[in-house]
Amino acid sequence: MGEALPLKDPALQARVAGKLRELLPARAVLWEEEDTRPYECDGLTAYRRLPMVVALPETDEQVRRVLQACCALGVPVVPRGAGTGLSGGALPPGEGVLLSLAKFMRVLRVDPLARLAVVQPGVRNAAISDAAAAFGLYYAPDPSSQIACSIGGNVAENSGGVHCLKYGLTVHNVLRVRGFTMEGEAVDFGSEALDAAGYDLLALAIGSEGLLAVVTEVTVKLLPEPECARVVMASFDDVEKAGNAVAAVIAAGIIPAGLEMMDRPATHAVEQYVHAGYDLEAAAILLCESDGTAADVEDEIARVEEVFRRAGATRMTVSRSDAERLRFWSGRKAAFPAMGRISPDYYCMDGTIPRRRLGEVLRYIGEMEKKHGLRCPNVFHAGDGNLHPLILFDANDPDQLRRTEAFAADVLEKCVDVGGTITGEHGVGVEKIDQMCVQFGAGELETFHAVKRAFDPKGLLNPGKAVPLLARCAEFGRRHVHAGKLGHPELPRF
Amino acid sequence: MSADPANPFSERIRAAAAARQALRLRGGGTKDFYGAGLRGEVLDTRGHAGVVAYEPTELVVTARCGTPLAEIERLLRAQNQMLPFEPPHFGAGATLGGCVAAGLSGPRRAAAGALRDFVLGARVVDGRGRELAFGGQVMKNVAGYDLSRLMAGSLGTLALLLEVSLKVLPRPPAELSLRLELPQAKALESLNRWSGQPLPISASAWLDGELTLRLAGSAAALDAAAARIGGERLEAAGAAAYWDGLREQTAPFFAGAAPLWRLSLPSHAPQLELPGPQLVEWGGAQRWLTTNAEAGTVRAAAARAGGHATLFRAADKPAGAFAPLPATLARLHRQLKDVFDPAGILNPGRLYPEL
Repeated sequence: MGEALPLKDPALQARVAGKLRELLPARAVLWEEEDTRPYECDGLTAYRRLPMVVALPETDEQVRRVLQACCALGVPVVPRGAGTGLSGGALPPGEGVLLSLAKFMRVLRVDPLARLAVVQPGVRNAAISDAAAAFGLYYAPDPSSQIACSIGGNVAENSGGVHCLKYGLTVHNVLRVRGFTMEGEAVDFGSEALDAAGYDLLALAIGSEGLLAVVTEVTVKLLPEPECARVVMASFDDVEKAGNAVAAVIAAGIIPAGLEMMDRPATHAVEQYVHAGYDLEAAAILLCESDGTAADVEDEIARVEEVFRRAGATRMTVSRSDAERLRFWSGRKAAFPAMGRISPDYYCMDGTIPRRRLGEVLRYIGEMEKKHGLRCPNVFHAGDGNLHPLILFDANDPDQLRRTEAFAADVLEKCVDVGGTITGEHGVGVEKIDQMCVQFGAGELETFHAVKRAFDPKGLLNPGKAVPLLARCAEFGRRHVHAGKLGHPELPRF
Repeated sequence: MSADPANPFSERIRAAAAARQALRLRGGGTKDFYGAGLRGEVLDTRGHAGVVAYEPTELVVTARCGTPLAEIERLLRAQNQMLPFEPPHFGAGATLGGCVAAGLSGPRRAAAGALRDFVLGARVVDGRGRELAFGGQVMKNVAGYDLSRLMAGSLGTLALLLEVSLKVLPRPPAELSLRLELPQAKALESLNRWSGQPLPISASAWLDGELTLRLAGSAAALDAAAARIGGERLEAAGAAAYWDGLREQTAPFFAGAAPLWRLSLPSHAPQLELPGPQLVEWGGAQRWLTTNAEAGTVRAAAARAGGHATLFRAADKPAGAFAPLPATLARLHRQLKDVFDPAGILNPGRLYPEL
């Protein structure tokens, strides 16, 4: 997974740093290794590369100037938020500029009547809800990393969270994004109204992994805090029964605020870390949250309990207080760090599948554990079919690293096989770029590249991420013989 | 739920591109009035019809472009589900392809989201005749740019929609409509205040001093909300007909001869000082206006309020149907058009003259 450090061109580094120092305060341009080292990776630490120069602009005008200067010099730029991304989207360019938006930390406006907040991209996801809480409002998308991840990064990745079945992803909760193209032109996608004239460029910009524009301001929708919320925690003695229980909830006409599954290896890993009170005997547990008015919640919780009982739940607990509800969630939200306690390293996957194929996919993951000789607990946004299998490994063992990569590739390709996708919310970045060749054909990939050129003709903004070159797919196809045939025989070979 | 036939459009589109011959993509023609000029030879999509997949517990329906919208809604209703954005049909022949290409949403929009929010994936034929698939049939999917959502509201200027996957939702267990006497300014203030509270409002409309609200949720929650809001309860059949008249624009408000404007504004924008009757929907975020005022006057007022104005229905649209774009966005639009339809043959001029 790790990529070799490319050789630096000291003359280029001096030229670029010198140019940026003309445009920015001295403290905002870093190039000494001790200063740039913290930017060598994002949340996907297996990929590291030292940036040539780091720029930390503080105003829109400075961002514009940095982009114009880099465009003129033909130097690539990689935007970065909080650096919590899990797909390497903020991996620095070798001979380029890492553009950190960390100084854009202000909540510019909270308008309680209009139910919106205007924030800078470096504002943490959870800080938006904190700022809105005084008005009884909150920002709905809540990725597990919400205490650290920034809204700019959420926009780049179209982040989800545990409540997105009912409340949607970032794309459903953002009204407007302002920023600059790579050429330094100001752009404004969306508005404070519910739609804007012309093509839906807001939807296109969200989830574009920082390849189309640099975001400097985000206007988000705020929702009224629900009057109350309660969670049913249910145990099942079989993972497939738990999967069927999820489908039965939906079939009963219920859209819960959150519907999560964890298998036994996951609850065991988490329980010793946060003591959430999980049933360690269960093959899988489901957490099902209902929110709304007190009357709605009471009604819905009773219906959910009935559905779970019929689906064969062996134990059920309903939260009696908000503290207990948050304790039930604490284990789920701490699932990733908990893995870090039981294994030197873990590798988080992010495929989405049609829910009815869950049993089949979990059985397949079990087979892959044996094939690759690695453990893989599962946490699962069950309501929307988004799987997070966590492969446990030791990165210091090159063979384990290699097996982990092969394991992950097998699982992602299985997701595509059953009609799903290689990434539900973490993005493609550098991590899943080869699997894009499995998910898409040459025509779609060419179209993605052409869309990129429409926004960034020189291809300087976050280059090499998210969309593979056709030549790379051809090479991947040669390396990757799947079930006796090439992954994509229709791709042209170079 | 039939097997997939070969795509019947690629050949025709390829030939038209080679000959630089404009094509007018058309389903039932119920939205012919929407947008600007109708140019080119009609390419009728109605032959490519049928629901490809519908699994109620997956909350996804996938259907071909020519499928009648009414057929999809009947299928969903039988499973107690719905298209949450309540798309207007504007006639008996409305198709799924036309519905998505127009991108219009009905009364539930402010509460549930717009059509574009429910697009999960699309199979399309671009202006070179290439069949391409974007997005998918699952709720969460961030692989590749979100080009299926870009198709919503693009009025067929980028590609022909072959097949679309939409997220669906359960129908609410109960509904209740209320009517209150309020002047517009007071109605706008109340709507915005209520929207900031956990109230189950699923639609709203203000016209001629009357504010009508539709609540949706459990019966107990509706009673509690109705007690809090007040007003007079409408009987169910009359309420359903009222919301249908708004959604389909068969209500008397829409019958006049004057041009009909759709203003999309921040919900809290104050009452507009423009001549002609106004109808307010979506908690204040959508305002209909019938007026003979100059296009420039209406557009300037909408822009000042932070939104934009569309000339929705008019005998003639000399100033275009849609608000002009700032230069940078206009350039990005042209470049995206070039990506999908370099020969400029798909519904040319329907959205903007240069697209």
